[in-house]
Amino acid sequence: MKQVLSVQNMSVTFALHNSEVHAVREMNFDLAEGETLAVVGESGSGKSQAFLAIMGLLARNGRTGGRAMMGDVNLIGMATDQLDRYRGKDIAMIFQDPMTSLNPSLKIKTQLSEVLVKHRGFDKAKATNTAIEMLERVGIPEPAKRANAYPHQLSGGMRQRVMIAMALLCQPKILIADEPTTALDVTVQAQMLDLFKTLTDDFGTSLVLITHDLGVVAGVADRMMVMYGGRAVEKGGVDDLFYDPRHPYTLGLLHSTPHIAKRAARLDPIQGLPPSLEHLPKGCSFNPRCAFAFDRCLIERPPLTDAGSGREKACFYEGPMAYGKVA
Amino acid sequence: MISYAFRRVLSAIPIVFLTITVCFFILRLAPGGPFDGERALPVNVLKNLRAHYNLDQPILTQFFLYVGGVLRGDFGPSMVMEDFTVSRLLSIGLPFTLMLGFTAFIVGTIAGLVAGALAAVNQNRWPDYLLVFVVLIPLIIPNFLMANLAQLIFGVYLGWLPVGGYRAGSYINLVMPILILAMPHGARVARLVRGSMIEVLGTNYIRTARSKGLGAALILTRHAIKPALLPVVSYLGPGLSYLLTGSLVVEQIFALPGIGKYFITAALNRDYGLVLGTTILYVFIILALNLIVDVLYAWLDPKVRLN
Repeated sequence: MKQVLSVQNMSVTFALHNSEVHAVREMNFDLAEGETLAVVGESGSGKSQAFLAIMGLLARNGRTGGRAMMGDVNLIGMATDQLDRYRGKDIAMIFQDPMTSLNPSLKIKTQLSEVLVKHRGFDKAKATNTAIEMLERVGIPEPAKRANAYPHQLSGGMRQRVMIAMALLCQPKILIADEPTTALDVTVQAQMLDLFKTLTDDFGTSLVLITHDLGVVAGVADRMMVMYGGRAVEKGGVDDLFYDPRHPYTLGLLHSTPHIAKRAARLDPIQGLPPSLEHLPKGCSFNPRCAFAFDRCLIERPPLTDAGSGREKACFYEGPMAYGKVA
Repeated sequence: MISYAFRRVLSAIPIVFLTITVCFFILRLAPGGPFDGERALPVNVLKNLRAHYNLDQPILTQFFLYVGGVLRGDFGPSMVMEDFTVSRLLSIGLPFTLMLGFTAFIVGTIAGLVAGALAAVNQNRWPDYLLVFVVLIPLIIPNFLMANLAQLIFGVYLGWLPVGGYRAGSYINLVMPILILAMPHGARVARLVRGSMIEVLGTNYIRTARSKGLGAALILTRHAIKPALLPVVSYLGPGLSYLLTGSLVVEQIFALPGIGKYFITAALNRDYGLVLGTTILYVFIILALNLIVDVLYAWLDPKVRLN
């Protein structure tokens, strides 16, 4: 299959007063055309920063290394004005908080149509019409009226729909959605995921879904990348990882997610807290929280290695992983 | 919107009344009177003068007489410049003062906006440090000192600009006074714009705009300016009134024919009518400016508009 994005050895570091924090290290993945990749991890695992870096949206003290190839274009280290030819057109992003991600002082139609004016060269009237069509497409009732509204006049779900419409206006090759449902009501979440699926299928857009919610992943994603402490610890097809996790952290995540069919009295959360990126434990970053850790894990960091059938994992433990053994 | 403006106008009435009352009594409390000079006037003359201006009446009677006059639009006579009424003097000086104040306002606001935005965009780099430092200067040095220094340097030593005075049409005479007036105003605007712009540039919606590939210029002019102006606009009303009052001093220093000249001599001469008249006029101007600012605010912030 054709690859639309190929990330090679990417790293993200932030310069602090006297030190550096490595938010993302040695990240490698490919994104195929039309595919949905879920990037899963706890807060601080580096999942958001990695994709903000690709979009050139890091905080000013952030530095990105490695390459992110979109076709033969490397998005990393590109000058902003050149990057602006691709951002919003070929690669678009949706953010976690729809309440603050739209400009409160501009009408919805202004915020939508400007994308088409900039990237497609439409005149204002044509851009506004296309924007209204797109609003209808993402399920906004009375789109022509809503287009004249300001963001504060819309609900959170509506605003996120507007964000989706905005991101898809130019039918981008890649859509990055950073926790797009986290700030929404549960009922709206499901609708939103359906919408993602339909639209990305319609446009042939590849979707990167950044989330900590495995329930979201199960319904939508094809492949999944689990991140911990700034590194990918397991990669593979969603079904493989769900039914046969090979990394104790993936297993732990699965057990922390409520399941409607299993009548477990309690959830089985991963003990402890995610590590501080400034003070990662020696050896495997996950070892203080891992039930399978043995002496090698404390000294050596497991590399991400091929685990067969298109899967990769970063773990030395090879034995069976039984339910309830995590933590 | 109209009913809102109407309510605002109504609420201004007690403010005006209170100002008149306070100023009236404070002026009378100050020692001396309009007819005290280096040489005392003959007793009879003084008595006639005081009777002419109602100064021999009990103070409360004087107060009600004055308020009654103001309600009829009559600010009374000037007690020192015998042939003029207060209204006449104000109508001679006011247009010049307003012209001076508004020009300085426009110059200062625009310079402040540009400087503040420039500093914000370059936050913590040398243009920012430079602007933050330069902007401090007019805030530290009071304008009467700044005006004298400017006269000395640019007027006397370098001879680039006239030291003072004004004839109709000689705009070169206004360059120095306008700049002196505009500088502290521009400095305050610059600081406000810098602060609010830095805040706005860090918001999520600016990140969204960047993710759309809009380009720095469009992000600044369309997405950042409007929300960043909110705190600035609420300063502009009081800012303009500082300029108009500040111009009183500057006019005096540069010997310009505005109300400033009358106001300051009036205050020194205890010309009760003229001081009160000028003060009331300023209260009106300030109230009107605040009203304009509030209407502008509603335009900038759609949330205000609809509530």
